[in-house]
Amino acid sequence: MLVAVATIRMKDLFATIMLVGIYGLLSASFFVAMDAVDVAFTEAAVGAGISTLLMLVAITMTGRSENTTRHKPLLALVVVVITGGLLIYGTLDMPYFGAKDAPIHTHVAPRYINDSKQEIGVQNIVTSVLASYRAFDTLGEVVVIFTAGIGVLALLSVAHPARQNEKSDKIESYNDSMHKQHLVVRIVAKMLIPFILLFALYVQFHGDFGPGGGFQAGVIFAAAIILYTMLFGINTARRVINQSFIQLIAATGVLLYASVGVVSMLNGGNFLDYNVLSLNPIAGQHLGILLIELGVGCTVASVMTIIFFNLADRREMQLSIKKHRKKDKDSTPC
Amino acid sequence: MLMGLFNDWVVILLMMIGLYIVIAHGNLIKKIIGLTIFQTSVFIFYISMANVEGATAPILADKVTLYSNPLPHVLILTAIVVGIATTALGLTLVVRIKEAYGSIEEQDIQHQDHLLSAEKEKGKQV
Repeated sequence: MLVAVATIRMKDLFATIMLVGIYGLLSASFFVAMDAVDVAFTEAAVGAGISTLLMLVAITMTGRSENTTRHKPLLALVVVVITGGLLIYGTLDMPYFGAKDAPIHTHVAPRYINDSKQEIGVQNIVTSVLASYRAFDTLGEVVVIFTAGIGVLALLSVAHPARQNEKSDKIESYNDSMHKQHLVVRIVAKMLIPFILLFALYVQFHGDFGPGGGFQAGVIFAAAIILYTMLFGINTARRVINQSFIQLIAATGVLLYASVGVVSMLNGGNFLDYNVLSLNPIAGQHLGILLIELGVGCTVASVMTIIFFNLADRREMQLSIKKHRKKDKDSTPC
Repeated sequence: MLMGLFNDWVVILLMMIGLYIVIAHGNLIKKIIGLTIFQTSVFIFYISMANVEGATAPILADKVTLYSNPLPHVLILTAIVVGIATTALGLTLVVRIKEAYGSIEEQDIQHQDHLLSAEKEKGKQV
């Protein structure tokens, strides 16, 4: 299944990105088959949804055809074959697939599986490991996401409001004509978006009991906003959701996460040790996990939105500049 | 007998496809796609490592005693989201490169750089 898709993708063009989307969906279903429901959830939302969209927006700006000449394909092939051969040789020592006595299953995993019920009191072991046992790791990951968001902002943010005002009317009229064509899609999406948002909230707060949590919820939430942006134009979306507001939320998410850690330190525990947050350790754990997942959700959702908004904005700006240039060219001969 | 390693081999195959794309293709977007494939192959590797024969998803329930390993799930769950964030950063870099050079083909960019440095040297000599 995976092999088939992987080999087709060597072909070029816009279709590759669609293939990447399909590949994402397929690997999500593979993760379900491997009992990794949380991971499958995330991969379905990210791999099949957001990454495809971001790449599409990027190629609208960079052109969709690829130069077909490869440089040193033979050398690359040799390197790849040698590396692959070595890796396959390495796998001969690996434990077999599904083996119960593989080293990975004998170290810390039994403790997570056997004791997390008493220690954390959360049914979903993945959530309890993510948000409690390895909360420090997760904090680091959230900071990485936040940093990536800042990087995108620094690289792409359009910082000339004066010029924008002058052009905004034209862009809007252009947008309107473009978006009126998709009447059916717009109406269906209008009905769906509230449910997507609701579903995201459900995933956010249901992470204790079933697959779900801050990462998935954040991505789904962002997907709803991105859908809205695609159908109604970036300017309408901006009027609904203020850019500085989402930036604030992204920062607040990280801050919330870290401050939960600091509060637990002030209460006499270790950093991010939730047992001390409440009189009852289990209740403390619940509170801590809830707050932390909320922080993660906020940051992920707003960073994804920021990234998409800025890419879309860039595109709008390039389009308007091109239009102006065309107009200038048209007007000069007269 | 050796079928027990089939998953690992699929992973390696995917990884090598990704690596080949990164090395041999000049188009920067294509390179990022290659990196994504490589990344996903690592995810698949971790998840298939976590699998235990006859086990269920790691959500505690009555009557179930065998769960698959939750730790790799956690690692990969966060890695996917971090991966998309960094991919997005890469894409924005590509967009900026396109704006600066007017091309996203590696050869064109290198060519332009060569021309620029040659001009600079000429300027120094004069």
